[in-house]
Amino acid sequence: MTLTEKILAKKSGRAVLSPGEFVLVDVDLGFANDLTGPPAIKEFEKYGNKVFAPEKVALIPDHFTPCKDIDSAGLVKMLREFSRKQKINRFYEIGQMGVEHALLPEEGLILPGTIVVGADSHTCTHGALGAFATGVGSTDLAFFLLTGKAWFRVPETIVVEFSGKLPEWVGGKDLILYLISKTGVDGARYKAFEFTGPIISRLPVDDRFSMCNMAIEAGAKNGIIAPDQITMDYLRQVNPGWVDTHPDFTLNPDSGTVYSEKIKIDVSELEPFVAAPDLPSNGFPVSRLSDVKLDQVLIGSCTNGRISDLKIAAEILKGKKVAKNLRLIVIPATQKIWQEALKEGYLNTFVESGAAVSTPTCGPCLGGHMGVLAEGEVALSTTNRNFVGRMGHPRSKVYLSSASVAAASALTGRITHPAEV
Amino acid sequence: MKLQGKTWKFGDNINTDLIIPARYMTAYEAAELGKHCMEDADPEFSKKVQPGDIIVAGENFGCGSSREHAVLALKGAGISAIIAKSFARIFFRNAINTGLPIIESPEAAIAIKEGAEIVIDLTTGRIENLTENQHFAIKEFPEFLTKIVENGGLLKWATREKKGPIR
Repeated sequence: MTLTEKILAKKSGRAVLSPGEFVLVDVDLGFANDLTGPPAIKEFEKYGNKVFAPEKVALIPDHFTPCKDIDSAGLVKMLREFSRKQKINRFYEIGQMGVEHALLPEEGLILPGTIVVGADSHTCTHGALGAFATGVGSTDLAFFLLTGKAWFRVPETIVVEFSGKLPEWVGGKDLILYLISKTGVDGARYKAFEFTGPIISRLPVDDRFSMCNMAIEAGAKNGIIAPDQITMDYLRQVNPGWVDTHPDFTLNPDSGTVYSEKIKIDVSELEPFVAAPDLPSNGFPVSRLSDVKLDQVLIGSCTNGRISDLKIAAEILKGKKVAKNLRLIVIPATQKIWQEALKEGYLNTFVESGAAVSTPTCGPCLGGHMGVLAEGEVALSTTNRNFVGRMGHPRSKVYLSSASVAAASALTGRITHPAEV
Repeated sequence: MKLQGKTWKFGDNINTDLIIPARYMTAYEAAELGKHCMEDADPEFSKKVQPGDIIVAGENFGCGSSREHAVLALKGAGISAIIAKSFARIFFRNAINTGLPIIESPEAAIAIKEGAEIVIDLTTGRIENLTENQHFAIKEFPEFLTKIVENGGLLKWATREKKGPIR
């Protein structure tokens, strides 16, 4: 069995599972945000009055927070009151709140071999630690709140093997943008991505999060990486108790596992990769887009708002100034990342370069607040989607890149290879 | 169950940001969301669409965000069913879970033109194009999904299965 099949089999009480079967599984962690939580609560309340397992629930108001208007304040109030009533301790008020897919692993809540459902499509991020993690809708979440369960069709698995020598300035974001440019936005529809190979086994956790985060942009149900020493080292920091009680934990695909497709990628000749409007699959090597002029650069989000992203951006920006007529917005994804960036001096570097630094929020990624684009404006963003109107006006444009390309481009005012600055 | 309506055609990769832009997501009631359905593709869409109308689209309909608001916006605008070459997975499950009929039929999605009057018979598994005198067979859903749809959605199905409140 594949990694995904193994987890679904274990959690549905089955010895063996095959793609196409339907299973009802026990969920280890379920969560929602300020946009998807309220409709889930509304459905929940039609059918029941007690959450099945409050300790398995997290509610994270991260999308329109700090609340952008009266209506969004109402949505967060609804989550707050529901949490109190249902004794859900993991309600993250601003001040503790972070972008959900950066916050939950940091809180030690994402564990290998578990099932994670989130009412947010980028829940697939958590496969980076070897969980089966997938985005669901609000009704699915209501069902989970009521029963502790979720239904799934067992997906076929596409295994993607990355090998070769990773060039300078190329990381997880570039690998996933390159992969999606090959598969298209529906190349992995209904399927699981299993990322493997010598490049993955050396890839830092933050890069793994970026890769699994964007599995959905190829249509995938989940992205997953077999837990290894890098995973365990990370878990030791965020949840030492789990590591101590699971000294012999392993999760690997069986030898001879049949995959629906095998993709092999030699990364040796890759350049940093950028997705042009209006699809994440519209990818090009950065040098092909060097004449694209920018109005705004955003560094942040569940894809690339982690400390390693801020570190590389700060190294590029240090002692330099953001291009004239360009706005640079930096959003550390969690309070912890924000504080570490403060301690390391990154925030000061950003501000001295002319950037605006924000408290954690998803805000601008989805055209919510804190950096919405006007008609005709062009942005380069370290986020995950560049659909029509994603970050604002339907006639604004979004390019997607890594944090290093974003920082370099903020200095020149056009899409730029980091080696250039 | 029979659904009859006029068709509206859309292309490939109609994403949830297009179906309902996030800027309207401080609401989660179908009627309110429906006023802005497909607004960035066609600002007049919600005014032109009539109750019962059917969307016919290309590949990967509903890709992107998990927002169930997309299904609610379509329902709120009056859309009674969607025929597409294929559906993105979270949209697919949201439609099943909330009882919005979705039909995966590449043949029908290609052949049916905008403005055609069509009838979808979910019981016999047939699409009839009254305007062009065409017929298409609907591929059956797996039994598990059929049960959820027939019961009017996931939570109603679960209530029925447990023969009482789920919890």
